[in-house]
Amino acid sequence: MMIRFWLAAAVACIWPVQAGAGDGKTFITVASTTSTQNSGFFAHILPLFGKNTGIEVRVVAVGTGQALRLARRGDADVLFVHHGPSEEKFVAAGFGVKRHDVMVNDFVIVGPGDDPAGIGGITDAAKAVRKIADAPAPFVSRGDDSGTHKKEQELWRAAEVDAAAASGTWYRETGSGMGATLNTTAAMRAYTLTDRGTWLGFKNKVGMRVLSEGDRRLLNPYGVILVNPARHPHVKAKLGKIFIDWLISAEGQAAIAAFRIDGRRAFWPNAATAGASRSAIGKKNPQPGTVNRRPSGKRGVEQLPDDPSERRK
Amino acid sequence: MPEFGAAFAEALSLVIRLDRDLAEIVWLSLKVSLAAVFLATVIGMPLGAAVALFHFPGRKAVIVGLNALMGLPPVVVGLIVYLALSRAGPFGVFGLLFTPAALIAAQVLLVVPIIAALTRQVVEDLWAEYSDQLRSFGAGPGRALTALLWDGRFTLLTAVLAGFGRASAEVGAVMIVGGNIDHVTRVMTTAIALEVRKGDLALALGLGVILMVLSLIVNGAAFLIKDTVETRYG
Repeated sequence: MMIRFWLAAAVACIWPVQAGAGDGKTFITVASTTSTQNSGFFAHILPLFGKNTGIEVRVVAVGTGQALRLARRGDADVLFVHHGPSEEKFVAAGFGVKRHDVMVNDFVIVGPGDDPAGIGGITDAAKAVRKIADAPAPFVSRGDDSGTHKKEQELWRAAEVDAAAASGTWYRETGSGMGATLNTTAAMRAYTLTDRGTWLGFKNKVGMRVLSEGDRRLLNPYGVILVNPARHPHVKAKLGKIFIDWLISAEGQAAIAAFRIDGRRAFWPNAATAGASRSAIGKKNPQPGTVNRRPSGKRGVEQLPDDPSERRK
Repeated sequence: MPEFGAAFAEALSLVIRLDRDLAEIVWLSLKVSLAAVFLATVIGMPLGAAVALFHFPGRKAVIVGLNALMGLPPVVVGLIVYLALSRAGPFGVFGLLFTPAALIAAQVLLVVPIIAALTRQVVEDLWAEYSDQLRSFGAGPGRALTALLWDGRFTLLTAVLAGFGRASAEVGAVMIVGGNIDHVTRVMTTAIALEVRKGDLALALGLGVILMVLSLIVNGAAFLIKDTVETRYG
């Protein structure tokens, strides 16, 4: 009697809230990274996708590591992240169907406007972080095993600096996301490594600016993967595939190319199948060849900052 | 501190514009927290009263446990609910992860101990006062339980409001189990966290102002109802 009352109360309470949230619409769940959400990228492209297909895309934005874990447990239909080796491992282990190149952006080293370590204009990222360590000037690290954190560790290795040994002194690990880390960096007047998308969308810059950019090692390729329905039968494979196919189609690639943050470009489409998009993007980009080149391409990176919108700053 | 001025201006302009996204977020926050608090009341009050009235082995341990659970870390609750509702978890088949139902489940877990523990104290004090009287009427423990809950209803309202405060202010658990999905599971607290991450501190603080006003309205309404009922029928 009592139990039945409780159950009825539970259903009566939860059901209207649940139904009000647009349940029953066709939707897919995408596990992605904070950089794509915080920069406003999804807010730009998802309406374009939904308009034609009527499919709602629900984005859960977490770190790359956590997104991979979500997808591995079957809690997402599509994975949209930026750490190549982990993505390949994910597919190889049978959790994902196939990895597709979607787009690439780059990391930049930002720091206080007066640049006490004097790294302004240095293209060689390893040289830049070496100067920060030599100064020493405070450097804030993500410290959370994210894609950005892994990239930063690569730079320290290349610079032959044991930054971890200095943890707690000039090297400070926040263990949090990019946005939180940028807030900390601003408050400490420190340096940090950030992806360009989050940086451009970030509003609390308080005198910080981009000091070192353009190193080929700072390329940041994004991949999209359908979670394997053979492993998780409930995965909405058909809808997920429609989303992926659209992202790497000429139309999707053009939508990515058209995305701007305050008039600046943050993502460069690079899907392998987007031969047709060459012309669509070419009109807006002085080097159409770089757009479709895979991120491992040698010349791709030097040409990233050549985008006309970048020169305006 | 120019941020504070900007935050109030931001909050005002959001309210004046009747921003649709904001209205949706506020509405969802209210629905989720009210549903969670209602469910937690239905579970927690009889539970707390039962612990107060019945004597059973290990009762003291249960009381200490309930009191300790009031400080349950939201992140831990979030993780537990996530693991339970995840596709790989025991309730995965229902597909409730990243839906409002998951938010409600997490908040119920957080609020039940608060309501149960505070109810236990209130009912125990009333029982000490009225046990002879109730016994002389020949009321069994079941009748005594309902009579005491009814008698303490105005004090117990505070317990419910404490629960509502916990539910509506919480961010760690709903971030994990809801995923902060726009138009689906984005509530006030996760929206604030998102704006902080984007570095838009004024907007974040503005949303915080609105959340506090919301809490004021709910508490004010509860006070008014209590006051009216007390003077008219008290």
